Amino acid sequence: MENRIRSDYTKSLQDLQDGLLILGSMVEKAIHKSMQSLKDRDLQLAQTVIAEDDLIDQKRFELENSAVTLLATQSPMAADLRLIISALHIAVELERMGDYAEGIARISQTIGEQPTLKPLIDLPKMTELATTMLHKSLTAYTNRDKELAIDVCKSDDAVDSLYSDVYHELVGIMIEDPDTVQRATYLLWVSHDVERIADRATNIAERVIYLVTGELSEIDISTY
Amino acid sequence: MITDEYILSSDNLNVYYGNFQALANVSIKIKPNIVTALIGPSGCGKSTLLRCFNRMNDLIPIFSLDGSIKYKSQELYDDTTDATNIRSQIGMVFQKPNPFPKSIYNNVAFGLKINGYTGNYDEAIENSLRRAALWEEVKDRLNQTAIGLSGGQQQRLCIARALAVNPEVLLMDEPASALDPIGTLAIEELIRELAGSVTIVIVTHNMQQAARVSDETAFLMVNDNRAGYLVEHDSTDKIFTNPSEERTEAYITGRFS
Repeated sequence: MENRIRSDYTKSLQDLQDGLLILGSMVEKAIHKSMQSLKDRDLQLAQTVIAEDDLIDQKRFELENSAVTLLATQSPMAADLRLIISALHIAVELERMGDYAEGIARISQTIGEQPTLKPLIDLPKMTELATTMLHKSLTAYTNRDKELAIDVCKSDDAVDSLYSDVYHELVGIMIEDPDTVQRATYLLWVSHDVERIADRATNIAERVIYLVTGELSEIDISTY
Repeated sequence: MITDEYILSSDNLNVYYGNFQALANVSIKIKPNIVTALIGPSGCGKSTLLRCFNRMNDLIPIFSLDGSIKYKSQELYDDTTDATNIRSQIGMVFQKPNPFPKSIYNNVAFGLKINGYTGNYDEAIENSLRRAALWEEVKDRLNQTAIGLSGGQQQRLCIARALAVNPEVLLMDEPASALDPIGTLAIEELIRELAGSVTIVIVTHNMQQAARVSDETAFLMVNDNRAGYLVEHDSTDKIFTNPSEERTEAYITGRFS
């Protein structure tokens, strides 16, 4: 039979993985665009991110349905089972990241025609780090790379450090000039959203480790 | 060419073995070129229904039916329908592989001969064996007896034999029950490969197999008089993730056998 056993099933598993990468790419773009809209005060771009979040949601449900169908009809075992379960979790993490990107876009809209309180330096840096973490976590997933997954978890420190810096800086500004409170708060929310994106990337990395080793655990290597 | 939406259908079909009613008011429509699984507890009439589709129940003296059964637009139990001719268009594969005590070659050739085939036998036989995913394993021993093949190979030979006369439908009655796990998966893979070029209706008591292999699933149950009836028929995905009927859900989840 030349190893042609369960070829439909094998293809469905591959399609599920490919689907996750597509979703990951959609989310990466959304995050990038949302920060871009904030930096450039591009309200049109912000609206695009908000509208496109629906597509992210749809893709997530499509992947979830595929995963459920596979579970129901193919009696997956061992690594196949872990693959499908991880895919379910990762789809949710990605969709939440998409929501944070949408959140940043909405804040961008709320800030409206005004410039941001201060030129954005740390926030774009944080975003760059977070999207790199997202990208690496999905690469780790594709390659079943446990070491790369652990790397992602370690990278969270840098994001948390910047988060702390942004917080302290904004609080300092607010204390100095209470008139800035509203505008500073918007940026605080943005930094919170970016920090959450990075955190979700570490969750994906933890799922990758589960997929490879079969062990579920929090990778607790943060100093924050 | 199939022009109808359904290739096989029944309408209010009632089947009796003597005074015993085996099937009650079964109305089912089978789509062409997909795999339809018939599942249900023992005695629910799924094999009986299957055998109605190619007049195999004729071989049981006390068998009778009322209601309509059609192959395309043709009434199967009409006086004008030739049962033997029907069986070359609607083939059958049984639970226990039943190769003839002949060579591998002649097993496949038999149906061609009976049906007056005048083309190239070697080509036709190779084609059937390839379609049944058996060619590579037997091409160098076509003259050896079929009885020497393994169970899984014998079953694939029976499928090749059925395919040789180019049927539009293949009825399979628990085709993998007598095989080991690898043999079973090989038959399942073959079924998936054939779907698309032939209509397959498969009876199986193995729910996971039905889930793996079929595009649509029909669930039958027995009523209080022990007659089988159709509970639900839908896409396999729907049946196994979100069936409409409670009874289907109870069976699928193993809450009753």
